[in-house]
Amino acid sequence: MSTSTQDRAFLRIESVTKDFGGFRAVDQVSLDVARGEIFALLGSSGCGKSTLLRMLAGFETPTAGRVLLDGVDLAGRPPYERPVNMMFQSYALFPHLSVWDNVAFGLRRDGLPKAEVAERVDAMLKLVQMTDFARRKPHQLSGGQQQRVALARSLAKRPQLLLLDEPLGALDKKLREETQIELVNIIRRIGVTCVMVTHDQEEAMMMASRIAVMSQGRFLQIGAPHEVYENPATRFVADFIGNVNLMDGTVDGAAEIRCADVVHRLAEAPAVAQGQPVTVAVRPEKIRLDVQAPSGDRNQVKGVVTAFSYFGDHTVYHLELPSGARLKANLENERRQGEQAFAQGDVVWASWQPGAQVVLTE
Amino acid sequence: MADIADSERAARPAPRRLGGGWGRRLVVGVPTLWLALFFLLPFFIVLRISVLEMDGAQFTALFGRDADGQWQFNAHLQSYALLLQDSLYLSTYGSSLLYAAVTTLVCLLIGYPFAYFMARAAASLQPLLLMGVMLPFWTSFLLRVYAWKGLLDTQTGWVGTVLVDLGVDRVLYALGFIPAPGQLMYSPFSLVLGMVYTYLPFMVLPLYGTLSKMDLRLLEAAQDLGATAWQAFWRITVPLSRSGIVAGAMLVFIPCVGEYVIPELLGGPETLMIGRVLWDEFFANNDWPVASAVAVVMVLLILVPLVLLNKSQSGEGARA
Repeated sequence: MSTSTQDRAFLRIESVTKDFGGFRAVDQVSLDVARGEIFALLGSSGCGKSTLLRMLAGFETPTAGRVLLDGVDLAGRPPYERPVNMMFQSYALFPHLSVWDNVAFGLRRDGLPKAEVAERVDAMLKLVQMTDFARRKPHQLSGGQQQRVALARSLAKRPQLLLLDEPLGALDKKLREETQIELVNIIRRIGVTCVMVTHDQEEAMMMASRIAVMSQGRFLQIGAPHEVYENPATRFVADFIGNVNLMDGTVDGAAEIRCADVVHRLAEAPAVAQGQPVTVAVRPEKIRLDVQAPSGDRNQVKGVVTAFSYFGDHTVYHLELPSGARLKANLENERRQGEQAFAQGDVVWASWQPGAQVVLTE
Repeated sequence: MADIADSERAARPAPRRLGGGWGRRLVVGVPTLWLALFFLLPFFIVLRISVLEMDGAQFTALFGRDADGQWQFNAHLQSYALLLQDSLYLSTYGSSLLYAAVTTLVCLLIGYPFAYFMARAAASLQPLLLMGVMLPFWTSFLLRVYAWKGLLDTQTGWVGTVLVDLGVDRVLYALGFIPAPGQLMYSPFSLVLGMVYTYLPFMVLPLYGTLSKMDLRLLEAAQDLGATAWQAFWRITVPLSRSGIVAGAMLVFIPCVGEYVIPELLGGPETLMIGRVLWDEFFANNDWPVASAVAVVMVLLILVPLVLLNKSQSGEGARA
């Protein structure tokens, strides 16, 4: 294997399957993760993402398939012999050990000389800005501080592969955003290859360079965050990531799809046969609302405002279309205003660019 | 959002502190009263007797008037002086502490793996195992201890005959635990066996309590960081079960020090324990002041380490 392929497939998962009794948790998944990449496994609970992560750590053995790290098969190597470290969900810090001893735990197991252990622990604590808290016990730290100690502990042994299990799941929303950026910065600075598991799509999109969307033990789509968001491969992916309006229709003419309420004009002809049933997906933020019918070639449909949800920075309007179908549209609140642009019962025109939709066949 | 939640929290009245209220006083008061009536008061009675002298069948008075009609306080310490002078008492205290310590250690060595596998057994099996630990309590303690007399008989008891057939008695003799090969009863061996048998559940239950509450992900984290299963056990499981070890050790050690029935039934002439001395002073010698002094010293002997331990644990608690 040449060096460049080995870099592109630093971690290689080859048709890995895991059965628990009669239940197949992971079903023949294959994946290459490049050296230095941050990769996210995204899915709802029970989709198999955690089982896959545990197989990488060595806590579960694949029923079939192989896991290769830097070209070396990891089969048969117990967790304590793998160059892989994990940051556990809600951290699993040792409650009876100080912050310093938590970080030193792995280095001591390797039998490193005392001076080197001290040097590396101090460097790690500095990296995560926890030097002042070295003597504290985990329960004396805030959630964000515990998370940083857990990160330092999992990086201390300089693993070839870092696993993050719901890294920010235990933090509240505001702290999560700050920590996300900090966490990515540290991982990038160290340059360690990283696989994370999360059920939070925002977390996956903000941190990872690529995402695998998982459901029922399989990968539905693998791609960069913007690819997965803007070009979802299936209805499930479109619906799972972000908000979306899904409309059933059939292909009619060169670049048109006929749905119950609207004929979608597309920017280019879809690679789908005439008359085939498809689903058209439009993200709410791509939709504009007007009192008058918009001019130009925008796709448009008339509807009645049935409800709206005010989020501060934007408002989501729920429209009822002539067929009874629902449509969600996001309106950014550009100006400070006392009241909403539209009220319940208003008749409005919803419109979007011909290139705004995605045509889905699955 | 977070700010709103914060200000809401600030605006809400603080939850009523669990102070004052009659209910609380009652809940705290009943056990306090219980201890005062059935521990503190009897202890002071015994303490008072221990500083008196026997005057025929009567005690001397603690307070009295002398010939001039002056009030006098007549405390005598010669009972305590006797405890120090007669080596019988000191050596008996020593052997009581020793047998209690050995029993505690053996209980820990048997009880820890026992509790560990109980705590790690399938959740559906655990109630059954717990039941098994407590089942002996359904039979009278006296009967169970008495049964060992029969079991350890080297002629008729099956445990005794098996041990002799296996040659275990010769090993025990070589170690000085039995007076002669082929005689298991009335020895330090049978005494410690009886105490371990009786007090083992008191070691297992608190250990099981702490071990079953342990977060197993900590062991995975230790393994992930390079610890073998054995290292993870010593570095994580054992330190985290410390409170269970201490509680179990106390529950075994303290009653063992003052144990009377088991040494009486299973012990021999060499295994004189302080409970027996206490009995003899009270009921054979009828020397209540000395008997009381023996009892007071025994309580202090147990209480002092207990207080120190409590202190170190609450210090630990403040830090932990």
